[in-house]
Amino acid sequence: MNGLQRASRWVSDHIVLAGGLLVLVYMFVPIAIVMLMSFNDNSESRNVYAFRDFTFSNWTNMCGPDGMCESVLRSIGIGLAATLVATILGTLAAFALVRHNFRGRSVMNTVIFLPMASPEIVMGSSLLALFVSGGFGGRLGVVTIFIAHVMFCLSFVIVTVKARLSGLDQNLEQAAMDLYASEATTFWRITFPLVFPGIAAAALLSFSLSFDDFIITNLNAGQTVTFPMYVWGVAQRGVPMQVNVIGTIMFLISLALVLGNMFATRKKA
Amino acid sequence: MRRGRLTGYWLMLPAGLWLAVFFVIPFYSLLATSLYDPEGSVLTGYDVGYRFANFVDVLQEFWRPLLRSLTYAGIATLICLVLGYLLAYAIAFKAGRWRTLLLVLVIAPFFTSFLIRTLSWKLILADDGFIVDALQTLHLMGENDRLLATPVAVIAGLVYNFLPFMVLPLYASLEKIDGRLVEAAGDLYASPSRGFLKVTLPLSMPGVVAGTLLTFIPAAGDYINAQLLGSTNQRMVGNVIQDLFTDTGDYAAAGALSVLLMVVIVAMVMVYIRKAGTEELL
Repeated sequence: MNGLQRASRWVSDHIVLAGGLLVLVYMFVPIAIVMLMSFNDNSESRNVYAFRDFTFSNWTNMCGPDGMCESVLRSIGIGLAATLVATILGTLAAFALVRHNFRGRSVMNTVIFLPMASPEIVMGSSLLALFVSGGFGGRLGVVTIFIAHVMFCLSFVIVTVKARLSGLDQNLEQAAMDLYASEATTFWRITFPLVFPGIAAAALLSFSLSFDDFIITNLNAGQTVTFPMYVWGVAQRGVPMQVNVIGTIMFLISLALVLGNMFATRKKA
Repeated sequence: MRRGRLTGYWLMLPAGLWLAVFFVIPFYSLLATSLYDPEGSVLTGYDVGYRFANFVDVLQEFWRPLLRSLTYAGIATLICLVLGYLLAYAIAFKAGRWRTLLLVLVIAPFFTSFLIRTLSWKLILADDGFIVDALQTLHLMGENDRLLATPVAVIAGLVYNFLPFMVLPLYASLEKIDGRLVEAAGDLYASPSRGFLKVTLPLSMPGVVAGTLLTFIPAAGDYINAQLLGSTNQRMVGNVIQDLFTDTGDYAAAGALSVLLMVVIVAMVMVYIRKAGTEELL
C-alpha cells in the first residue's frame, strides 16, 4: 500500500513538472523553426513555408534582400538612442520614487504603470493624434519613433530599477558614511555598483522592446521603415529566408546577455 | 534622507515631463480627434467639434471586430492562465536549483522578434505543415479543412505571444507562498488537491489577477496575429483602427474606435478587479 502511495505521489509530483516543461518546449518550438529556416534553401521554390534544402547561403549573404539590413541598422540606432535616454531618465525617476518623499509621488507611482496597462494600439493612435494636431503629421519619422519608444520604455526602466533599489540594504550606505565617505563617494562606490545590475537589466529590456515594437511604431513612422515594419511588409508577399537569420542572431545575443546578467547578479548578490 | 527637499522633484521631472507630454496629453488629443467632424480630412483639416455621434457610428459599423477582439482575447487569456499556471507552479515548487535558469528560458523567447515568431506559427499551422497533416491522418480534420485563416490560428498565436506576461506575475506570487502553509494543510489531512484549492490557489490570486490583466489588455488591442494568421473574417478591432488611420485616413472614426476600445477595457478591468476582490492590488 505504501509503495502504491509512493508511486502515485511520484507520478503526481512529476506530472506537474513534465507539464510545465512541455509548456516551456511549446514556447521554443517557433524559435527552433526560425533557426531551422535560417538554413533553408528556397531558391528553387516560391513556397517560403516549407523546408527544401540545407544551405549556408542565407548566413553568408545576410544582406541580400533589398532594404533589410538598412532597416536593421535603423532599428538598432533608434533602439540605442531610446535605451540611453529612457535608462537615464528612468533611473533618475526610480531614485526619486524610492529615496525621496515629494508631493505627487503616489500619483507618479500610478502613472508609470499606465503605459504598461494600455493597449499599444490606443497609445499609438493617441500619440499620432498629438503629432497630427500639433502640425507634425507630415514630419513623422525617426524622431517621432524615438519619442514614442522612450515613452513606453520609461515605465519598464522605472519599475525594474525601483525593484532593485528598494531591495537594497541601506546599512551598507550608512556604514560608508560612518567611515567618513562623502555623499558622492558613497553613491559611486556603494550605491551605484549595487544598483547597476538592475540598470543593466532595464537597458536590455528597453532595447529589445524598442527594437521589436511594431504597433506604436507603425502608426508614428511616416515613410521610415524599421526592421519589424520591413518584416510586416515582406510578410504580405513572401519572407526572404534572411529574416530568419536576423531572428536567430537576435535570439542568441539576447539569450547570452540575459544569462550573463543573471550570473553577474548572482555573483554580486 | 537628509538631502534637499527639492531633489526628488528634480530627479522625477524629466521622466515625468516625458510621460505627461507624450503619454497623458495624447489621450486628450485622441479624445478631441474622436469628436472631429468626419467630413474633413487630414489634408484639408478638421472642424474641431463635439460630434458624439461618431461613437454611435463606429459602434454600428464595427461592433463585430470589437466584440471579436474581446472574445479572442478572453479565450486566449483563459488558455494562457491554465498553461501559465502549470509552468509557473512547476518552476516555483518543482524545479529546485534550476529555477532561475527556467525563468530565464521563459523570458528568452520574448526577446526574439514578435513578428518573426508569429510568422513561424504561420509555417507550423500551414496547410501542408505537420500539424495539419497529423490531424488529417487522425481524421480529426477533413481533407480540405485548414487551420490558418481560422479563429483557432489567431487564438493560438495570441496564446503563444502573451504567455510570458501570464507566467511572470504568477511565478512572482507563487514564489512568495510559505511552503509550511501547504504542509500544514497536509498535516490536517487535506488531500493534495484540496490543499491546492484551499491554500495555494487563494494565495496566488494577486498573480492570477495581474497575469490575466497583462495578457488580456495587449491581446485585445493586438492585430498582428489576426493579420498574419487569420483572414478578413478574423479582423480584430486593432486591424480596423490601423486601417482607418493609415489607409482610409478617417481620423475621426479611428479616434472614436480607439477611445471606445480603451473605455471598454477600463470598464471590464474595473469590474474584474472588484469581483476578484483585490482592490488593494492597484
